[in-house]
Amino acid sequence: MENTAIEVRDLVVHRGKKPVLHGFSCAIPAGSVTGLLGPSGSGKTTLMRAIVGVQLVKSGTVTVLGKPAGDKQLRHEMGYLTQAPSVYGDLTVRENARYFAALYGLSHKEADAAIKDVGLEEAKNQLVGDLSGGQHSRASLACAIVSNPKILVLDEPTVGQDPVLRDELWKRFRGFAEAGTTLLVSSHVMDEANRCDRLLLIREGKLIADDTPAAVKASAGTDDLDQAFLNLIRAGETPGETS
Amino acid sequence: MRTLVATTGRILRQLRHDKRTIGLLIVVPNLLLTLLYFMFDSRIFNGLALTMLGIFPFLIMFLITSIAMLRERTTGTLERLLTTPLRKTDLLFGYGIAFGIAATIQAAVVSVVAYLFLGMDTLGSPGYVILIAAANAVLGVALGLLASAFAKTEFQAVQFMPVIVLPQILLCGLFVAREQMAGWLQAISDVLPLTYSVEALQEVGRFANPTSTMWRDLAIVGGAVIVALVAAAATLRRRTP
Repeated sequence: MENTAIEVRDLVVHRGKKPVLHGFSCAIPAGSVTGLLGPSGSGKTTLMRAIVGVQLVKSGTVTVLGKPAGDKQLRHEMGYLTQAPSVYGDLTVRENARYFAALYGLSHKEADAAIKDVGLEEAKNQLVGDLSGGQHSRASLACAIVSNPKILVLDEPTVGQDPVLRDELWKRFRGFAEAGTTLLVSSHVMDEANRCDRLLLIREGKLIADDTPAAVKASAGTDDLDQAFLNLIRAGETPGETS
Repeated sequence: MRTLVATTGRILRQLRHDKRTIGLLIVVPNLLLTLLYFMFDSRIFNGLALTMLGIFPFLIMFLITSIAMLRERTTGTLERLLTTPLRKTDLLFGYGIAFGIAATIQAAVVSVVAYLFLGMDTLGSPGYVILIAAANAVLGVALGLLASAFAKTEFQAVQFMPVIVLPQILLCGLFVAREQMAGWLQAISDVLPLTYSVEALQEVGRFANPTSTMWRDLAIVGGAVIVALVAAAATLRRRTP
């Protein structure tokens, strides 16, 4: 399993009294872009939180780069973008990036490079609180990529971005993967799924597909990923399956 | 160490961008002190002003810390920080140091106003007054960090002020001398840290040189800070439900 970066086995997570993931298992290959797709409330964020090690889990294991998720050493290797932008609104873009860079022992140079990577160079001296929604979340993204992590967990990084920028961001993600980073990117936009190496389709805390986009489409018998998702759900609901 | 310095710097930078808060931090205590100056005759004012120099930083730093820390929790920055190499103590001490610095500046300005313009007088050195005020600020920070763990919203966080801060002000000897309190009130007063910082200030007021009581009181305040910070660290969980 040398080329598996993240391995999730029989993961059970309850949030409050509600079960969110029920015995979830998957393996994410190193140096690839894996798309995590599913409707809102399907458990995408919970799975990502478990992978970065901030989620209390009921049972099961999550192994990242051969270590249990949340391991102290892993904190140097991971970048995590939360769904709601988590940066300091009362600091400028640059001050935010420099702070997160400093936490990894990196200099201003890396911080400035990350800002450039997310296309915020012109806004770098603005307070994050004054930015538009899309810029705000890119500021947050800059802080996630600033350390050049081996594992990048991005929870809906492209929401609210204009199409040109979204395209650029995806090219950037591809570039990271080519440089050896493992990316797990959640989205509920199906057209982004085609840009991934692998797809994890998740619904109500269960994995309903884990394959390349082409194979997912082939097995669902359609070229449209939205339709493929629907077909796979329907196929899963055939008699014999109790919900 | 590096992450502690970075975190302290980040918190101070946040404060620097917030001009209005800086203005309030510096101006409000002076205005209140001036108000007291006109309310009381100079003999009463002297003791009162000295006590207030300890209470202001405690009260204000408690409030701004509990809100600042709550913001870290609600905006997700805390969760994100806990996925980085940052140690929990770096965050807590970062707040303690950053707001401690802010409070020291505040105490210095208020002391200048009190000594030079309002005729406040102490036998001991103003340096000790500022030192005790700074210790009080750090105590406020530590209790604020702890209190924020028990609040889910800003509404709840500000309500911890009357719960945690007000009883300490009521029982510290400001309103009723501690010797005149009923036994059980005195016993409560004995376990509240603000009591000791007020006593330390009064020692500076009464004696030209620092007394052993003053040092003991400062040590007690320091101990309370450490207890509160350790408890606050225990409330910072990397893994949450």
